[in-house]
Amino acid sequence: MSSRARRSAPRRVLSYALLVVFAAIFVGPFLLQIANSFKTDGDATANGLSLIPHPPTVAAWQEVLGLGNAAAVADFPRWMLNSLIVSLFITAGRVFLDSLAGYALARLDFRGRRLVFGLVVATLAVPGVVLLIPQFLIIKQLGIFNSYPGMILPMLIDATGIYIMRQFFLQVPLALEEAARIDGAGTFTTYWRIVLPIVRPGLITLAILSFQGAWNQYAFFLVATVSPQYFTLTTGLANVVNGGLSAGNEFPLKLAAAMLTTVPVAIMFFVFQRYLRANRFDAAVKG
Amino acid sequence: MAARPMPEPRVVPAPGTTNHGRRLRLRRSRRRGSSTAGQNLHGWLFVTPALAILLLFLVVPIVLALYVSFTNWSGVTSPFAGTVQRVGFSNYAALLTEPGLDQQLFGTSLRDNLYFVLFTVPLQTALALWLAVIVNNRFLKGRGLFRLAFYFPSVTSSIAITTVFIFLFQSSGAVNQILGLVGVKGPNWLYDSRGIFTVILANLGIHTPPAWSNHLFLGISLWQWLAGPSFGMCVLIILLTWTTSGTFMLLFLAALQGISAEVEEASEIDGASPWQRFRRVTLPMLRPALVLVVTLGFIGTWQLFDQVTLVGPYNQSTYTPAYLSYYVSFQDNAFGQGAAIAFLLFTLIVILTVVQRRFVKEDLTR
Repeated sequence: MSSRARRSAPRRVLSYALLVVFAAIFVGPFLLQIANSFKTDGDATANGLSLIPHPPTVAAWQEVLGLGNAAAVADFPRWMLNSLIVSLFITAGRVFLDSLAGYALARLDFRGRRLVFGLVVATLAVPGVVLLIPQFLIIKQLGIFNSYPGMILPMLIDATGIYIMRQFFLQVPLALEEAARIDGAGTFTTYWRIVLPIVRPGLITLAILSFQGAWNQYAFFLVATVSPQYFTLTTGLANVVNGGLSAGNEFPLKLAAAMLTTVPVAIMFFVFQRYLRANRFDAAVKG
Repeated sequence: MAARPMPEPRVVPAPGTTNHGRRLRLRRSRRRGSSTAGQNLHGWLFVTPALAILLLFLVVPIVLALYVSFTNWSGVTSPFAGTVQRVGFSNYAALLTEPGLDQQLFGTSLRDNLYFVLFTVPLQTALALWLAVIVNNRFLKGRGLFRLAFYFPSVTSSIAITTVFIFLFQSSGAVNQILGLVGVKGPNWLYDSRGIFTVILANLGIHTPPAWSNHLFLGISLWQWLAGPSFGMCVLIILLTWTTSGTFMLLFLAALQGISAEVEEASEIDGASPWQRFRRVTLPMLRPALVLVVTLGFIGTWQLFDQVTLVGPYNQSTYTPAYLSYYVSFQDNAFGQGAAIAFLLFTLIVILTVVQRRFVKEDLTR
């Protein structure tokens, strides 16, 4: 045992070193992003690898946060507000409607349940990118193209969420609901008052995934909107990166805006990370 | 079972359930028939909102788009307007059988996406597995921190992170500065559309394609098919490997935690070396997770889109079928053609999904 410990000591140092190198590769781009967002345009272009801005400036951040000159080609505060509004509506809708449907599919014995569940599973397999033209088509036909309802309604349900919630409800002991029903509670009361509080970890998981998904959503908003007033941080940033500014590289500004897009989800992720460990894959693996 | 079981739900005594007298009284008067009828009604009430949205924004649009793929709709009027002509299979024919620019663009996008898949899936799977095995080591200090560092890129917005990578991969950017430190002159990543195999062959002195490789398939020659990913596509391969391996690491971690410590210890006592232990004990037990990661990888990598909208303007050799479908529709106003591309991609991904279902099911029910 002791000889093995001795032999493994250098190996342990080596694997730590390798691990630190990999951690640097994973964290490095974010550090460079932060550093370069405080640089001047010329400094960022010439010394992209340097972690120390020379000279340091907050000009890019002032512009991104709407504190700089009013020539707002890129209205990031407005886009951030749009992101927030749309994400909150989508999250609330998904948490409520997905869990409602998930509960029915797990527990309520209604005619056609297998058919509905089959449809949910089938839509799981539909790849998102091939839906861009179809969804553009339908929101245009419904007259909600380039509007908040058009951005929110189609995203209000996701089949994955229904599936995850169904898995959570299946874990709840049946005796509990029977007891509630015997006590005279109606189906909705049983669901709302008794079962829902038990699957709180599932609801939190769903809320995190929904918010993250809505906040980071890009492709759908790209086809659902056209006016800058409806841009979210993702579509707005992409527009700026694709030359919406048309004045040089402006890398500090773009990097600061990218940081602004990253930070809210990052904060949420750090706060709730214990809920995200393995849960999100259980449904997929068990499927 | 590959994943750690879900946390045992916390059982909270609901108000009223502790009232024994009342419960007994009600149990006697319980009627099954009425409860089933109630469940029928409530079941439908509960699923109707979800079902309505899924039908309206998923099923109906797909049918509509399938119709559009047989028309020359330009996206301006309603697709049912009198000016829109039904063109039969000509949108599909232009992609698959008729030589021309459309077919050439489609074939090129298929090739470029194929190379993206062939490089990204093995890289992300291997990296994710390696990270998971290391982070799972009980004796590692700061495991949580490392896990966080590796997982973080996968929670960020695809657009934000692509913006950062475009900055890093500028011709005089951070990546080429690092390469310069070790004496390598990096390529002009984002703009360079030469395939890396072509570049390697050119360095070996092979510049002209042999006669056999001039045969055309889907609008491009075999020589072009064998060009490999462009430098621009390499940026996307690196980017996606970097952002997805953290997610897949979590999947492997969940599976690793399902392997009991006793099995590991037993093999350790048997004198197996770490590599033998990994190869003979850990890897076979990870097989279901491995199959899942590889197939999820195959399905996900065929859907590359967001990143291409930012890198594509630099370099057409990063166009994927998903992006081409968008570009042809929204930039060229040829929605019929774009929808046809989307349906061909859809077919491809559905085939992959069906194959995946079969594999995964086989593995998980063993």
